[in-house]
Formats: sequence, C-alpha cells, structure tokens
Amino acid sequence: MSSETKLASPSFLVSTSPHIRDNESIAHIMWHVNLALAPAALFSVYVFGLPALMTMVLCIAAAVVTEFLIQKWQGKLVTVSDGSAFLTGLLLAMNIPATLPWYMAIIGSVVAIGIAKHTMGGLGYNIFNPALIGRAFLLASWPIAMTKWPAVGAAVDGVSSATPLGILKMQGYGQLVESYGSQGDLYQSLFFGFRGGSAGETSVILLLLGGIYLIYRGYINWQVPVTMIGTVAIVSWVTGGDPLLNMMAGGLMLGAFFMATDMVTIPLTVKGQVIFALGAGLLVVLIRRVGGYPEGVCYAILLMNAVTPLIDRVVKPIKFGAGR
Amino acid sequence: MRNLFRGGIHPDDNKLATAKKPIFEASIPAKLILPVRQHIGAPCSPVVKVGDLVKKGQVIADTQAFVSAPIHASSSGKVTEIANYPHPVFGTCQAIVIETDGQDEWLEGLPVERDWKSLENKEIVGMIRSAGIVGMGGATFPAHVKLSPPPDKPIDTLILNGSECEPYLTADHRVMLEMAEKIIDGMHISMKVLNVTKGVIGIEANKPDAIEHFQKLLVGSDIEVVGLPTKYPQGAEKNLIVALTGREVPSGGLPMEVGVVVENAGTAVAIADAVIRGLPLIERVTTVTGSCIASPQNLLLRVGTTFAEAVNICGGFKEEPAKVIMGGPMMGMAQQTLDAPIIKGTSGIVALSAKEIHDGEERPCIRCGRCVSACPMGLIPRDFSILGERKLYEQAKTECNLLDCVECGSCVFVCPAKRKIVQYVKLSKAQLAAAAKK
Repeated sequence: MSSETKLASPSFLVSTSPHIRDNESIAHIMWHVNLALAPAALFSVYVFGLPALMTMVLCIAAAVVTEFLIQKWQGKLVTVSDGSAFLTGLLLAMNIPATLPWYMAIIGSVVAIGIAKHTMGGLGYNIFNPALIGRAFLLASWPIAMTKWPAVGAAVDGVSSATPLGILKMQGYGQLVESYGSQGDLYQSLFFGFRGGSAGETSVILLLLGGIYLIYRGYINWQVPVTMIGTVAIVSWVTGGDPLLNMMAGGLMLGAFFMATDMVTIPLTVKGQVIFALGAGLLVVLIRRVGGYPEGVCYAILLMNAVTPLIDRVVKPIKFGAGR
Repeated sequence: MRNLFRGGIHPDDNKLATAKKPIFEASIPAKLILPVRQHIGAPCSPVVKVGDLVKKGQVIADTQAFVSAPIHASSSGKVTEIANYPHPVFGTCQAIVIETDGQDEWLEGLPVERDWKSLENKEIVGMIRSAGIVGMGGATFPAHVKLSPPPDKPIDTLILNGSECEPYLTADHRVMLEMAEKIIDGMHISMKVLNVTKGVIGIEANKPDAIEHFQKLLVGSDIEVVGLPTKYPQGAEKNLIVALTGREVPSGGLPMEVGVVVENAGTAVAIADAVIRGLPLIERVTTVTGSCIASPQNLLLRVGTTFAEAVNICGGFKEEPAKVIMGGPMMGMAQQTLDAPIIKGTSGIVALSAKEIHDGEERPCIRCGRCVSACPMGLIPRDFSILGERKLYEQAKTECNLLDCVECGSCVFVCPAKRKIVQYVKLSKAQLAAAAKK
C-alpha cells in the first residue's frame, strides 16, 4: 500500500459491520491453555523422569500427525498450527501413567484425534473431550497397564506404586495415612505432587496456578472448577469421607480446571456450565465410592459431555425484554 | 454509575485524536449532493427542477407521508442536476445537485426569533417536521414521529443519549461541550411536547468534561445528568434505558412501551434551532477520523458535502485506507466510494488501515461462549451463524429469537473463530422478509 496515494480512485473494502475485532483467535486460546498446562507437565518430568517426557512427546506427535493426515486426506484446511491437537496430545499424556508402553500412548492419541475429534467433524463439532475418550479407550483396552503407576522418582527402575485413591479403596483410610506418615504429610504430598498417579495430575499447586491463569485470561469460567471441586468436597464430607483428600487426590484438579472447562464440549452458558460441573462432581464421588475403580473424573466428565446438548437446549439466557 | 446492562464489550475507544478538537466549521463546497432519502421511512420527491435558483433553507424535496421529513437546500445556489448519485447507505439514490453561489443566503424570513414557551404543542411538532429533523445518531428516525406517541402510551421520561459508545466518534462529545445550552433547550422543548417533567442525560464515563459541564449548567433543574460505565453498546437505546431507568423495553417493543423517548444530542440541538430560530436541519457535526486521516477533526458540515470534500478538509489520507466507514466501526456502513454525500445521519467518517480491520479467516465455532457473554440482548449469537450457514432461517427466528438481535456486533468483535455472525443475521432477516412477501 503506497502512502503517496491521495484520493486516487479509491476502492475500499466493503463488508458488514462490525469493522473491528479484538485480537483473540482460536490458536491464541489453545496455545495459552497449553502454556497453562506447562508447569504441571514439566513437574511430571521432574517427578517421574524421562519416561514422562517420552510419553508426552509421543502423544503430542501422534495427535498432531493424525490431525494433519486426516485433514490432508479429507482435503480440508490443515489447522494443526492452532494448537488444539497439540493440546489433546498433551492432555492425554498427562492423564496416563508416565511409563505406559509407547505404542499404547500413540494409539490413545490416534483414537482421541481420529475418532473422538474428526469423525465428528473436527474442532468445534466433537461432543466428547478427545483426550478423555483416548484415555477411556486405553483403560478399556489395557486396564492393567493403565493402572500401573510408577513410584515417585523410581520410574526408570520400573518400581510401581498405588495412587492415594487406590490405597484408600483397597486398604482403607488408616492405611493410606500410615503409608504417607501422617495426615499432614499426606496432604502435603498431594498438594505439591509427590505421589503416584497419572503423569500430569499430581501437583495440585501447579495445576491451580495454571487454572488461575486461564481464569485471569478469561478463557475459562471460575464457576466450573469451583463448582466441580466444591461439589466433590462437600458430598465426600457429608458422606463421611475426607474432603481435602478427595479434592486433591486423583485427577480432579486436572479434570476440573482443564477438561471440565473444555469450551467445545461443555454448555455455552455459565448457568449450564454450573449444572455440568455439579453433575460431574456428583458423578466423581459416586464412581469413587460405589464403582469398582478408585478414580472417577474421566468418566464423570465424559458422561456430562453426553448431557451437554440437553443442558444447552434447556438452559438459555433470558433474552432482553422477556422480564428478569 | 447506574446499573449495568448484561453483556457488552470494551473495545479501545480511539477517541483521543479528536476528543479535544473544537468543532471546525467547514467552508461551503462548490457542489452539494442532496439525496432524496435521508431517513427511515418514506423517501421524498424533488419539489424543485433543474435550473431553479434556491436559497439556504428552502425545501427541495418532500412527501406527504407521516414517517418522513423534508429535505432543504443546505446553501444557496442553482439546481444543476437531479440524477442518481452514490449514497452512503443505499448504494445509489436520486439526488438533487446544487451548485452553490457562495452567497449562502437564507430563504426570506429566516432565521426568526420565537418565544417557544407560548407555542402550542401541535405547532412545535409541526415546526420540527418542517425543519426536516431526524435522529442524528445514525438511525435517522423522523423526530416529529417520536414526539407524537399514541395517547395509549403515556411518556414520563425523556432521555438524552450522550453516551456515544461507538469507538472513534467524538461528534456528540463536542456538541455536548460546545452546544450544551441548545441541547438543554431542545430537551425542554421535547419535554413540553411530550408533557413530561423528567429529563435524564446519560453520558459515558470517558467524557468526564461533558458530565461536569452539564452538572454545572443543570443545578436545580428538572434534568438530571448521569455518568454511565464506558461499555459498548451503552448507547443502544434499550440498554441505555435499562441503565438509566431500570426498565426493560419488551421484546419487539419500542421505548414508548416503558414510557420513555430517547433523543440524540445533535437532534436536541436541531430541535432547539428549529423551534427557537426557525432553522431547518441543513448541517451537522461529523467526526472525520481513523488512522489513515492526516489530521482528524470534528467538522460542522453542510448536508450534501461529499465524503471526499470532508476528508480533504482534514488533510486527506496519510495512508490509503483499507476501509472507509460512515458512522462508527461497530455499526457503521462500509463505503465503496468517497463520492457519496454526508446525510443527516452521518455521525462520522472513519478511515481505517488494513491493520485495524484485521479480519482473519472464518473457522468453525468452538463454542467458547464469548458471544453469549457479550450479547447485550441475552441471545446466543453463535446459533445465528450456524443456522444461517445451514439456511435454517425460520428456525433462527422461532427458536433463537433472531428478530431480537440489534446487530450491535459485540459477538463478532469477541469471536475467536472470526465468525461473521452479524452478516448471517442480516442475511437471515432479509431472507425471512423476502419469504414473507411471497
């Protein structure tokens, strides 16, 4: 564009208002979510060693390559640079044991992107959180490998340990507290993340930091994690459990801040999102208490994903002029 | 600060370039182009012919329809052509072209001095119609119609819309600072006609000088000044009424349903001029701005001055703009050419560079909900783009309240997928209207 031209037969762009937009974009949002996950992800490498890093790289690479190939094959615009496939890969890696065999990690990512995301039409059209579908698929296919958790700092040696919720389920609360020394030690281990579990779910403090960053940027609504975690805490407490343990153990922090907030698969309105989070919280406690499996976050969120279209249909904002 | 309406957005207001610049009275152009359509309602027909000599303030186009307003010569000269010319809203439109004689001579008998307080309401409304006054905020609804509510709709409050929430525009801001007395007169005249005792001026907090100015002038008056939060679309009629009165205009209804009439600052000035001095609406204040304008200004322009002329008065372009808009960037109309004239509703000419209008490619909706939070009307804007894309216009209307959309553009502003939601809304409304005609 020359700066010399003055009123020389101008031909301007003509399009509908508005003529200005903010700087937000899908890629911007997705990469910021990846960034928010980074501290917890890096911490898992520190705690579980190189296998955690390997798993992460494999999951991310498999997710991105799968998306690239599918979009090429379908003749669609290739959008791997928007960070959403990267995010799915990273989230899956954080949701599985750091020492999961390499081919399982890859298959999980391929299922997440290929089936959960692209058979539905790609980003924006998928009903279920792709990373959680990948995880559910792996858990159904290789249940033993998926519940073999590396011990803290011992991943390389292949020594495995149970997760806090696993010990609670199998051996009871007394045994759990004893295995960590005291109740204070248990809480401390959970808060900082020195405990068994999926690669990226262990550090409550780092996941909180990432979550608060997303709330600050306006990418997620605080009501979702607060409702979900609060529901789990209150219902566990009312039913005679340890609310603090239930809040910090398992994948609740990761799930509540990073997957129950996945904009694609949750209701549109804040009110709907609160219902979603409430339902997910109740399901977490139900599965943990009654189910045969000590965890529950993954299935709780997936089940609520299935209800999302219904919630959206019922819960709508009150339109202006319809009376408040 | 009064209760906020729901939703809304906070774009950069970009008003610094012109907010402190006093209104500059532009010289009269050699040629005035006066389109016969300058308001919502019935278009006028020319009442002069080529070759006629006209005086400033002489009616040159009129119609008998109620929802309409006559058009006056904005300077003296000779009618040289009646032909189709570019129009800032309708593409092209029949226009009366006046070659000015430089005398700028008033029609005989103008201006006059009147004691308006002794006038009958009916006379006043007649004067406002004769003066061709329309809403000057951009919507151009004839003013005398607004001031003649049906008897079954009692009005108790007159609101002056001084929010000017569109980014870049400062015309109303300057009018409020420099013509505040006229605004107050115009409001009092409107209040007398409407038989109301309560007047409220709502001004966004980013114009503290205007708020202060009115507060000083209105000590002990029946008109109240209220500072409003700076949030787009604060100036949208329905949102403004909620903020100032707590009343919600029912869906599909007009402000009079809740006893309110809303007037723009420029309109109040025009009403004062018409009723007190007998002057028709032939000029207006327009903000010429945007990063591509060499020296942005608030100009007092004769209606009929071309955009090109207005831009030249402001030093031309320092950079070729990618888009030229009539009005603000949120709801204004993109212009194809600078040959179109200023009409009564031209609140601004905004010339934006490619960088400012960055659009981005449209992507599938990721359901982020930002449009839902931004919508001041309590709608789910994403649905309009999804249903519009699938041509399900009827469903958009019956299930998603398409007709409640005021096209403020807040949803598009915040959409990270760059979806052209307002475009789909306009398309869907047009398709429904076309289907209804069949």
